[in-house]
Amino acid sequence: MRVLVSIKRVVDYNVKIRVKADNSGVDLANVKMSMNPFCEIAVEEAVRLKEKGVATEIVVVSVGPSTAQEQLRTALALGADRAILVESAEDLTSLAVAKLLKAVVDKEQPQLVILGKQAIDSDNNQTGQMLAALSGYGQGTFASKVEVSGDSVAVTREIDGGAQTVSLKLPAIVTTDLRLNEPRYASLPNIMKAKKKPLEVLTPDALGVSTASTNKTVKVEAPAARSAGIKVKSVAELVEKLKNEAKVI
Amino acid sequence: MSHRNSEDIKSIREGVRALCAEFDAAYWRKIDEEKGFPEAFVSAMTQAGWLSAMIPEEYGGSGLGLAEASVILEEVNYCGGNSGTIHGQMYNMFTLLRHGSDAQKTYYLPKLASGELRLQSMGVTEPTTGTDTTKIKTTAVRRGDKYVINGQKVWISRIQHSDLMILLARTTPLAEVKKKSEGMSIFLVDLRETIGKGLTVQPIANMVNHETNELFFDNLELPADSLIGEEGKGFRYILDGLNAERTLIAAECIGDGRWFTEKSSAYARDRVVFGRPIGQNQGVQFPIAEAHIEIEAADLMRWRACEEYDSGINAGASANMAKYLAAKASWEAANACLQTHGGFGFACEYDVERKFRETRLYQVAPISTNLILSYVAEHLLELPRSF
Repeated sequence: MRVLVSIKRVVDYNVKIRVKADNSGVDLANVKMSMNPFCEIAVEEAVRLKEKGVATEIVVVSVGPSTAQEQLRTALALGADRAILVESAEDLTSLAVAKLLKAVVDKEQPQLVILGKQAIDSDNNQTGQMLAALSGYGQGTFASKVEVSGDSVAVTREIDGGAQTVSLKLPAIVTTDLRLNEPRYASLPNIMKAKKKPLEVLTPDALGVSTASTNKTVKVEAPAARSAGIKVKSVAELVEKLKNEAKVI
Repeated sequence: MSHRNSEDIKSIREGVRALCAEFDAAYWRKIDEEKGFPEAFVSAMTQAGWLSAMIPEEYGGSGLGLAEASVILEEVNYCGGNSGTIHGQMYNMFTLLRHGSDAQKTYYLPKLASGELRLQSMGVTEPTTGTDTTKIKTTAVRRGDKYVINGQKVWISRIQHSDLMILLARTTPLAEVKKKSEGMSIFLVDLRETIGKGLTVQPIANMVNHETNELFFDNLELPADSLIGEEGKGFRYILDGLNAERTLIAAECIGDGRWFTEKSSAYARDRVVFGRPIGQNQGVQFPIAEAHIEIEAADLMRWRACEEYDSGINAGASANMAKYLAAKASWEAANACLQTHGGFGFACEYDVERKFRETRLYQVAPISTNLILSYVAEHLLELPRSF
């Protein structure tokens, strides 16, 4: 069974985000970039499926700038077999990414597509669902457990108030939540081997997909800085402040 | 070897950082408090193949050189860890690789690569001879198919966490050799077979959490095939290994130095006193800037040493100078960092005092700064020997 995993290059979670002076976006100059943590979980899940003998080939795909090859190499070092970069220097919307992934799905015919539930840069939480709609495959989002048996996959989903298990007919789309697994780190021999694994570069044009955006970013602003807390003298004062200042009770 | 800015080196840095992220400051603080050994860290580094970087691929390693090995140790220290707990295996490996027999390599290297065995210790220094190595008093006398070892060693590290040790002993008495550097040999000692059977280990409590010991040999019998390379040429083999050791230590100091300057700068930017960040004061920022310059300069010499060593050129001069510059730079960076932090620098939770103690060691070990100056004066500048 072939598994397709999509990954995104994002600002590393340890970096303190800075907004550009002209409010046109986030300042990416000299900023450490990494694989989106939810995508790491997606790669790990695919590797575990391969170790269990369920998956036979893992193809990892990223839509993004040429530098996203670094994150693809990381995924190869973690255990993916080959990589595809759909190169685009533009800032793409979730729908454009989903359309490009749909084209890759058509080309590769995977039985299972695993994505992170969202990327920590824009936090949209859309691409997986859109890909499911475009491809017509079933979707199991926010997965905390994935079990493939025969031609179906049971996905335990984290939902408000508990867990829900859905059974999907393969091929299917799964998006990962934090508790699905704990990703491994790459070993030195696998980092060295990753350099020799194939990495194919495609363009949206070659896939016949138009990525023209219907969205326009008007302004990007940093959230207001949090002001210092205060100490209250009594419970009565706390209640009074919650009622009249915070207006939460 | 890889170029210092190559993709290979970059991916090694990222790989080590990813592993080190699992072993944060709290982990190292706890190990230090307990005077413990970072067993989980060492196992993780072994399992992920970092400690077998230089073992050739046919023996289960990655076949990399000193440059790559040095980056691995540098990154551990840069991430706030202490690679003194693992570097032994790195430089000992070169000795076994370059001078061991095919039989020794075939038997030991795959086991070292898999982590089944550890080669973390080297026994050279003795209490009465210090750096005057050719005067060592530990002897190895051939009797039939055995060598019998007698003598004493000191500052022999990580014995309790190693299965094997490389030992230097005199096989021909000093009085009977033409050159004093002749007549010494190195042996691969299996610690599991020898402790309590002629080898006694006495731990030495010390300032940094560095596990080190005194060793006593009393008619210890080693199989004759424990000999590495040719009998009588051990000192040359050790010197070759020491150049690798010096370069690796230089890289560790550079990692430390970068940890200190980042820590100093971050604190100096954030700490506000008298209504402005303390880093706005030149008295605070200049020592940090100076430390940064010196670390970067030392780093260039470290790369020269790596380049020479990996291309088979004698790296003695560069390795010693790199170790001198880097140890000095990291110590100055440590001092600036402690000063920048003021009282908070002495609080364990800031990690500055721990790293400060750890990096201070490299002014003294594995070779004292003065001895490097003497080496440069005598061997590079042809000045009369001062001792």
